[in-house]
Amino acid sequence: MKNENIVELKGISVAFGGEKVLDDFNLEIKDKEFVTLLGPSGCGKTTTLRLIAGFLEPDGGDVIFEGRRINDLPGYKRHVNTIFQRYALFPHLNVYENVAFGLRIKKLPEKEIKAKVTEMLALVNLSGLEKRNIDTLSGGQQQRVAIARAIANHPRVLLLDEPLAALDLKLRKDMQKELKKMQEQLGITFIFVTHDQEEALTMSDRVVVMNNGKIQQVGTPQDIYNEPLNAFVADFIGESNIVDGKMLRDFYVEFSGQRFDCLDKGFEPDEPVDVVVRPEDVDIVAPDKGMLTGVVTSVAFLGVHYEIIVDIGGFKWMIQTTDEHFEGDRVGLYIEPDAIHIMKKSEYSGLYGDYSSYSEEIDHLSDADYGEEDGGE
Amino acid sequence: MKALARLYVALIIFFLYAPVLVMIFFSFNESSSVWVFTGFSFDWYTGLATDVTMLNALKHTLIVAVLSAVISTVLGTAAAVGITALRNKFSKKIIMSVTQIPMMNADIVTGISLMLLFIFIGKLLGLRESLGFLTVLTAHITFNLPYVILSVLPKLRQTDASLREAALDLGCTPLQAFFKVIMPAISTGIITGFIMAFTLSLDDFVISYFTCGHYQTLPIIIYNMTKKSVTPDTYALSTIIFACVFALLIMYNMLQTKSESKKAAKAQP
Repeated sequence: MKNENIVELKGISVAFGGEKVLDDFNLEIKDKEFVTLLGPSGCGKTTTLRLIAGFLEPDGGDVIFEGRRINDLPGYKRHVNTIFQRYALFPHLNVYENVAFGLRIKKLPEKEIKAKVTEMLALVNLSGLEKRNIDTLSGGQQQRVAIARAIANHPRVLLLDEPLAALDLKLRKDMQKELKKMQEQLGITFIFVTHDQEEALTMSDRVVVMNNGKIQQVGTPQDIYNEPLNAFVADFIGESNIVDGKMLRDFYVEFSGQRFDCLDKGFEPDEPVDVVVRPEDVDIVAPDKGMLTGVVTSVAFLGVHYEIIVDIGGFKWMIQTTDEHFEGDRVGLYIEPDAIHIMKKSEYSGLYGDYSSYSEEIDHLSDADYGEEDGGE
Repeated sequence: MKALARLYVALIIFFLYAPVLVMIFFSFNESSSVWVFTGFSFDWYTGLATDVTMLNALKHTLIVAVLSAVISTVLGTAAAVGITALRNKFSKKIIMSVTQIPMMNADIVTGISLMLLFIFIGKLLGLRESLGFLTVLTAHITFNLPYVILSVLPKLRQTDASLREAALDLGCTPLQAFFKVIMPAISTGIITGFIMAFTLSLDDFVISYFTCGHYQTLPIIIYNMTKKSVTPDTYALSTIIFACVFALLIMYNMLQTKSESKKAAKAQP
């Protein structure tokens, strides 16, 4: 009798000023699950969150909460709480009153409120700061107040809109772990929005990769990373070399002018495909021992490893290696069958996975773009 | 060069304040002479306190000022919230211009047109006397409104839009969200708007002159007094009004600097 999906989005479409932000969007989220909506800015992930929070009504389709259609239910009547990107703490109230806000609206007795606020502040390690003004807190502390304020209301679902985007790297890593722990401890469903693929992979039970208002792939972090469905996902999650190939028969593929054993099957004979090889899965060997050979065109030292670009017949491959190589070196590439992942051709074929225009500067620029706010309205 | 600049500033201040200072000075004169100071006295002030017409006018002025300030603050704040929520940029622009026209309009035009309108409505309703308390109050609310709107709008613009959503998210109805979260955030704007409205209403002459009928306010009484002969009780009264407006202006400025320094403090990392 019980449906274990706590939130369902069915055939949702949303448009702002004639521009489609979500198009026939379907997603089911299970109770107590940690789901991450991952995608570049403007992909519709924040819009999805706002639909569930009740700040936005879909133009078409249904939002279902615990089996009940809640399209018209205003946000303040939903058992859902949100952690906002810039925290949205109330500046005229102190830490205690911020956390107590939702409880006071519910008109709980003062004693109960006090116990609850104390418990919540202990949970987020802010005990003793009750009387502090919001302005006097650091970004990390404000973040914790926002979390305490949201979960004090015992939401069934907690929505997190890029909550860690404003924190520095070290703090962000700590908060990732803490949030994950909190989610397991409290048994609340978390729906987390981010453009940071690493964050998505570390924290989630399931990742929903989105682009242009459509779901590209849904799966566990391992699925998403190891078995990307198309070139967009392969490129967005981690680094990928994506080359054109031809599936000669099951477990046998041709690309870059060579033939390789692989672990994929189920394609038509001679079907054109996209072939993904992760930079860390390629071994560099002597030119005469390589399956492919090429010339090193650039080398960057990243601490853990070197990132080198190798030109193979005009296509630039990115390879991560712990050995030092130099520009102009002729090297061989050795690729194990399990390092090769075959994808069906898609609208994204040919758009990603070539590092010919690659430079670190450009990469950072595009990262900064993702940091922009999602196209909410 | 620097000395010249100083002299210039001194002259400006002199011409701005000398008349007021002279008036204040002579309001304490014992005799009614306007050129010889015969001795210090509070006579003109105590005289005022027993003048029934004067006290009545004072009562009228205060009632109109308080009521028009309160009503225009409520209406203006609501209007500012509505304007901020408008999504259509074009209609927003139009409403803003419509709001600002009464500020630009000459008082005399506003006064005469309001008077015409009130008399017209009065005739429609068959009233014997169309001008009075209600008309002067309505007129004051009309010219106060844009000032309130313009002092609340920027505060609303500075307020993070997600604050309202956060309040709704935590279970507030939209009305609760306004009173518990938005209003505290824009309170300085509301208070400065109120003080502006009160001050403007307090010393308005032109518009009141055309719309008040027999419900005469202080500035109109003063004007009528000067038609006969200018006596020092006029100075005493003007001095009191000047002192009130001055005090209100100082309050207004203090509020503004307070909210600005708060903003500056927030901008510091």
